[in-house]
Amino acid sequence: MSTPDSATLEAVNIDQDAGNFSYAEDYAHDAGYGLTEDTIDYISNVKGEAEWIREFRKKALKTFHDKPMPTNWASKDLENIIFQDIRYYLSKGQTPTRSWDEVPDDVKETFERLGIPEKERKFLAGVEAQFDSEAAYSNVKEELEKQGVIFVNSTEGLREHPELFRKWFGKVIPTGDNKFSALNSAVFSGGSFIYVPPGVKVAHPLQAYFRINAENFGQFERTLIIVDEGAEVTYMEGCTAPKFETATLHSAVVELVAMKDAKIQYITVQNWSNNVFNLVTKRGMAHENAEIRWIDCNIGSRLTMKYPGVIMKGRKARGEVISIALANDGQHQDTGAKMIHAADETTSNIVAKSISVGEGRSTYRGQVHIPKHLKGCKNNTECDALLINSNSRTDTYPAITVRGNQHATQHEASVSQVSEDQIFYMKQRGLSEGEAMSLSVNGFVNDLVREFPMEYSVELKRLIDMEMEGSVG
Amino acid sequence: MSDSLSIQNLHASVDGNEILKGLSLEIPKGEVHAIMGPNGSGKSTLSKVLAGHEDYEVTEGTALMDGEDLLALEIDERSRAGFFLAFQYPHEIPGVSNANFLRAALQARLPKGEEIDAVGFYKEMYEKMDALSMDRKFTGRFVNDGFSGGEKKRNEILQMMMLEPKYAVLDETDSGLDIDALKIVAEGVNRMRSPERGFLVITHYQRLLDYIVPDVVHVMFDGQIVKTGDKSLALELEEKGYDWVTEELAVSA
Ligand SMILES: Nc1ncnc2c1ncn2[C@@H]1O[C@H](COP(=O)(O)OP(=O)(O)OP(=O)(O)O)[C@@H](O)[C@H]1O
Ligand SMILES: [Mg+2]
Repeated sequence: MSTPDSATLEAVNIDQDAGNFSYAEDYAHDAGYGLTEDTIDYISNVKGEAEWIREFRKKALKTFHDKPMPTNWASKDLENIIFQDIRYYLSKGQTPTRSWDEVPDDVKETFERLGIPEKERKFLAGVEAQFDSEAAYSNVKEELEKQGVIFVNSTEGLREHPELFRKWFGKVIPTGDNKFSALNSAVFSGGSFIYVPPGVKVAHPLQAYFRINAENFGQFERTLIIVDEGAEVTYMEGCTAPKFETATLHSAVVELVAMKDAKIQYITVQNWSNNVFNLVTKRGMAHENAEIRWIDCNIGSRLTMKYPGVIMKGRKARGEVISIALANDGQHQDTGAKMIHAADETTSNIVAKSISVGEGRSTYRGQVHIPKHLKGCKNNTECDALLINSNSRTDTYPAITVRGNQHATQHEASVSQVSEDQIFYMKQRGLSEGEAMSLSVNGFVNDLVREFPMEYSVELKRLIDMEMEGSVG
Repeated sequence: MSDSLSIQNLHASVDGNEILKGLSLEIPKGEVHAIMGPNGSGKSTLSKVLAGHEDYEVTEGTALMDGEDLLALEIDERSRAGFFLAFQYPHEIPGVSNANFLRAALQARLPKGEEIDAVGFYKEMYEKMDALSMDRKFTGRFVNDGFSGGEKKRNEILQMMMLEPKYAVLDETDSGLDIDALKIVAEGVNRMRSPERGFLVITHYQRLLDYIVPDVVHVMFDGQIVKTGDKSLALELEEKGYDWVTEELAVSA
């Protein structure tokens, strides 16, 4: 294989140099603040994990320490993450709760306007540590069990299905992929483990019925989805309600494995509060004639870094990333996609739309890699940015390394403005400034929103309306 | 006085340049007034000032709509209060379909919590599109996006018909229309003429006024109304040109 250029290397790895961090030494055994081997032992003990997992975690911790912050290419804001001020594991009993009165009014209002059910609100606001979705949706679970589908949280997955788990765990995203995948590998907790047996087509999107699930809101969640030959599943992550957070660092790892002829669709809608660093590694491996689609919608957060990827390992495998990112004042959405073609006749498609409002900033980073020895690969990349008012920033870093001449690639990028005169025109017809902006933004993302399941697209529209209204004045 | 769009001694400037220089005009409900005037005399500026465009600063004067201080309202409030401007250069709104836009504009007029009746909305829209000989496919097309000049103008009139304003300013709605379209659009406007509604029609051509017969014709020059008369004034203007008015002005000065 040919040597990728430095830009490609940067896109693949979140840097290689060594860094050094110092941590206070006086942490007790309660996994309180800070990150040491003791923290790992604490987590492993609480979870009653097998020895190999403990070792896996400890090795990852070392990798995490060894890797520097990727600030040579990514936002300098990463330097503001104070690792020793973070709590890496909170067992359920310890999750801090607050009273409903302490929840800020704007958060309550948001729940109200999004129509979040009463029971879920308390959990989202951090008033209750857990929301028991299992009982409410047990009939769905039963149906899945009948089909042989495994759908559990990752802790349970490790405990109950070690042979399946271990085979694929860390194979799509190795610990050392980047500093934050290493961090996740060291302290992961929560997330889902899913296995779909050959030929089973799961009718309902998973997680739609379990969307409020304490484990899945973990700071360092770890999800592994394996879909066996000819099977299909859609997974939905997150919800449009902003979770009222005390934790400021979220670093998830999501690995997907689609065996021959399998299909996986992974849908994310996330709306983080403004103080959150959301640094996520997501990648799927598609075997022969398999298809992996990432549909990703990122709203809010202080800094999001997320580049869902697909490694097309088998002939005729297909990868797709559809992403929407909205950066409002004080937010930076650094998102994109990675498409690694590793077999003949593989096809990838990237459609990324970003909206920058006010001081908000959007960055698109895309990597498409097609090595020389392959034949008949195709990529289509489309990235469009919409700027609302002149302070907004948008940057595009597409890195398309296509070697050889037996491939078809297409790349389109556009930047457009919602002009003042456009807003004036809309206001002259009676729309408020917020309504005019949200109609413009919804128009911009409309063709992508259609890809979302109905229930989500309605929520998404409402969410955009609220974001736009909030950005006025 | 209170049943009219009443503009008194209006001064407005952009970037410190005064463009409207003490303009007065009164359009009683039920009447159609026309404004004619040379390029750059300030006709579009007047329409945008009335609509509330933020580039223009009103330094003096008043504009009352049925007694309500128009200039004190926000742009969208003016619209919802019943002021409509058919733009000389209508804007494009990529990604937003004509139907969705109209629907949002109508929805904005309903009290909070009330939803527009979708079936009724489409029925009404189709009716009005038929009246304007607009193909149904325009409902799904993005607002003015890729529309021809004439299609845009027709679309402005469709919006007016849907929003049913109390006062409408039509800024050169006739330019860009072919002769058939001109008749159709004029018919649409005539259908909307009512004792409850006033129109200000800005045009360069007497031809439009054959179809939309005005009650009063004003001549605008250098930011002021310099002459007012009945519809024969338009004919006279067409015949003699603006020099005739300016010469007259020079004599009277
Ligand atoms: N935003 C602006 N900035 C600078 N000058 C402006 C602006 N808007 C209007 N003007 C100037 O004000 C004057 C009046 O323009 P306006 O568009 O109102 O004329 P008009 O009577 O509508 O002309 P036409 O018949 O060509 O449409 C012109 O000299 C124009 O250049
Ligand atoms: Mg004009």
